[in-house]
Amino acid sequence: MKYLLRVVSVERSLFEGEVEFIIAKGADGELGILARHAPLMTILKPGPLRIQETYGGEEQVLFVGGGFMEVLPDRVTVLADIAEHADEISIEKAEEARRRAQERLAGTLTTAEEVEFQNALATAEARLRLARARRG
Amino acid sequence: MPAFRDIVRRIDSIKNTQKITKAMQVVAATRLRRAQAAVQATRPYAEKMIEVLQTAGERATEYKHPFLVRREGKRAVMILVTTDKGLCGAINVNNIRAATRFMNEHHTEGQRYVTIGRKGRDFLLRYRREVIAEVSGVSDRPTVAEIMPAITVALEEYSKGRTDAVLLCYSKWISTMKQEPVVTVLIPAEIPGRGDESKGPRADYIYEPDPESVLDGLLPRYVETQVFQAVLENKASEYSAKMIAMQNATNAAGDLIDALTLYANKVRQAGITTELMEIVSGAEAMRASS
Repeated sequence: MKYLLRVVSVERSLFEGEVEFIIAKGADGELGILARHAPLMTILKPGPLRIQETYGGEEQVLFVGGGFMEVLPDRVTVLADIAEHADEISIEKAEEARRRAQERLAGTLTTAEEVEFQNALATAEARLRLARARRG
Repeated sequence: MPAFRDIVRRIDSIKNTQKITKAMQVVAATRLRRAQAAVQATRPYAEKMIEVLQTAGERATEYKHPFLVRREGKRAVMILVTTDKGLCGAINVNNIRAATRFMNEHHTEGQRYVTIGRKGRDFLLRYRREVIAEVSGVSDRPTVAEIMPAITVALEEYSKGRTDAVLLCYSKWISTMKQEPVVTVLIPAEIPGRGDESKGPRADYIYEPDPESVLDGLLPRYVETQVFQAVLENKASEYSAKMIAMQNATNAAGDLIDALTLYANKVRQAGITTELMEIVSGAEAMRASS
């Protein structure tokens, strides 16, 4: 059974269509969503959003740099912070961002800053992993 | 009387200017279309966000995020959106005036500004206003990342209790001919109420990790979205205003060319007439003396 999936970032809409199954990285771990899921609202961690139009079939991967996911029985909406198609991610850019974050982590930081940079680091690493997976 | 050649030279120079203004008009028209599309593209996200905020807010009733709490003080931080470049009519002047007037009326103490765009920054600095952060050189296809620093500074001021409100001023695009400066209150945030005819069953969510964390995460993003939309809207206004300004300039140049052409012809005619008179009178004089 299919349901409507919408992935939107502030800048544009990234995906809209009928799907059977998705796997997202929620606040408390990975989540697989099929149709008729109980209403759920979760924070998303940076990571890939795997979309299967038919269950077990071909998979489309979107990168989500954190955000929120609203699950209703007949539709799922992802409010993505930075979502981009896996093909658009450049390894250099991700590596650069990770290096910057690490450099700044090495210095002395306030707690708030540290959390921010940990997040930046997580984002960069998630991007990198995904981009590598795509190449490999 | 100026020489005929001089007038022609001036006409040529004005024709060149006219070509430039004409080109700028066409460019502004294209960019306007792009800016409008960008504004449209943010709508789904913004709408969904408001919907989610409403439901999460209903669930976490006893919890009050600091961004939702009204503070009594008179201090405020104004995020002022202007353009980087000029030649776009009165929109910057209007924005600056609206922003400063609002501040003087409602927030008499601790007025501080965060500027997005060069024009606003330069103006406020010239008048010795306190500008605590500025972002300029925002690209034609703005990204949230570009304007994030400005938002972060403003939100920090609020969370650290150094200000009592965060305001936003930008130029709202109404039509190609009309743009209006708007001042909105970002914090304390006002979540638009849900209409009674709200569609579908009201979902009773499972929250992961909990409603409070979701609200905590959503509210700053809600503010970011509003600022981002304002920047896009201001871009659309900028290009509309520029298009009209350049159209007026092109027309004015056309009128000037017409007037000068007429004048040039008169000067040429006058020259010919004088020359003929000289020849005729010369000939007359020759005949008389022979």
